[in-house]
Amino acid sequence: MASSPDLLAVTGLGKTFGPGAYPKVVLKDVHFHVGYNDSLAIVGPSGCGKTTLLLMAAGLLPPTAGEIHLEGETIQKPSRKIAVVFQAYGLFPWKRVAENILLGAQFQKINVSQEALTAIKRDLDIENLDHLYPHQLSGGQRQRVALARAMLLRPSLLLLDEPFAALDLITREHLQEHLLILFEKRKFSFVIVTHNIEEAVFLGRRIVIMDPETHGIGEIIDNPNAGTTGFRTAPDYFSKNMTLRHLIEHPHEKQPLA
Amino acid sequence: MKNSRWLDYALTIIVLTILWYGTSMLLGSQLLPDPLSVLKRLLHAVREEIFWEHTAVSAWRLITALSLAFITAVPFGLVLGSNERLDRIFAPLIYLSYPIPKIVLLPIILMLFGLGDLGKIILISLIIFFQLLITTRDAVRSLDREVVYALQSLGGNRWHFYRHVVWPVALPGIFTSLRISTGTAVAVLFFVESISTSRGLGLYLIDAWGRADYTTMFVGIIALSAIGIVLYETFDVMERRLCAWKNL
Repeated sequence: MASSPDLLAVTGLGKTFGPGAYPKVVLKDVHFHVGYNDSLAIVGPSGCGKTTLLLMAAGLLPPTAGEIHLEGETIQKPSRKIAVVFQAYGLFPWKRVAENILLGAQFQKINVSQEALTAIKRDLDIENLDHLYPHQLSGGQRQRVALARAMLLRPSLLLLDEPFAALDLITREHLQEHLLILFEKRKFSFVIVTHNIEEAVFLGRRIVIMDPETHGIGEIIDNPNAGTTGFRTAPDYFSKNMTLRHLIEHPHEKQPLA
Repeated sequence: MKNSRWLDYALTIIVLTILWYGTSMLLGSQLLPDPLSVLKRLLHAVREEIFWEHTAVSAWRLITALSLAFITAVPFGLVLGSNERLDRIFAPLIYLSYPIPKIVLLPIILMLFGLGDLGKIILISLIIFFQLLITTRDAVRSLDREVVYALQSLGGNRWHFYRHVVWPVALPGIFTSLRISTGTAVAVLFFVESISTSRGLGLYLIDAWGRADYTTMFVGIIALSAIGIVLYETFDVMERRLCAWKNL
């Protein structure tokens, strides 16, 4: 698999919760892949298994069927090459910002240079928050700290689980742009789970639409111009929004791609 | 301790003293000695070696019992709270044994561990143990799943989990439990020191009561309360130091 062009390959993935006579099928026969320096958005309504999918890709939850490969290696537990950003930030309330940011590096015994630390804080505009605790920060600042903590580990793949869902529109767009600045500067791929159509179109070079009826993937849309800060004002952005909205609202009706 | 807390304590003591004085005037100083007489007796008592011996023995029993309960209940609570399978095994045992009033085990414990310090310390520990165990376990149970995922995704191992997640999550609950336990511990201490002992503030108090020396009895009450307050404040200061994130 080393010669594979895919960074992440998900094949036949399934997840069923609960033993006994009434198991709950959450995901069934999910296939997709993510290339190098690529971005993928996964959209779908609440409860369709998006977060479960991401947790499995992160090695945090074992699948009941199928396989996940990262650069040819099977993912069965958290990998150093994968970093995760969570919806509720995943910050440790009892640690100051500076400690939170360095925690992953501390666990993995990675020496972080002062330059690297300063650069990531500068990129995310969190230079003066070191001494504060997470609850003293705004939602946007918390998520930027979580992003800094993830990016400091120099992951090949960044997984984001509805990272901006709890934020107001302006902060959300600001953070999407921060993510893209990092994406343009550093070599990594990301997968973002979202229920926000604009967000999926703005960030995902491919968009996976989950189908809650089949517990699998409904459609995959190519969106090659996404993932750049200027894309929000491009004509393609609006047409892709319309297409995606139509496919989500009418999941079993084929629509020619815009 | 902040200045405002000292001021709160001072004001409370003044109000209590006034109330005490008023009640003493109403009931008569034979039954309830007035605060001034008690203060005079206290100032006299603190110059006597025997008073400090009683105080030191009681303080030693309390601190040892609290420490023993802490080092046994907290690690056990941390493990049970973070391990569902173990919790399921031990839960019936805890639910069955928690409501038993452990104080009724006094004769058995004194028979097993003797009439000396050990028996008394074990009884106090046993009573506090369950309070501390249940609070610690429940504090860990309230742990946000996402924080655990965050730790795992950052490469944290089992040791990191206990050191960086479970322990800080449980700590505020542990301190609350320790503060509540202080009151229980002082009450049990008084009870166990009122029988079969030659030293301790419980004996000092009961002995004074037996002699109808109510002024000295109140000196004992003040001394026992003072130990309780010092322990309570110690836990409070420790919590503010160790759980600074909670108190901003």
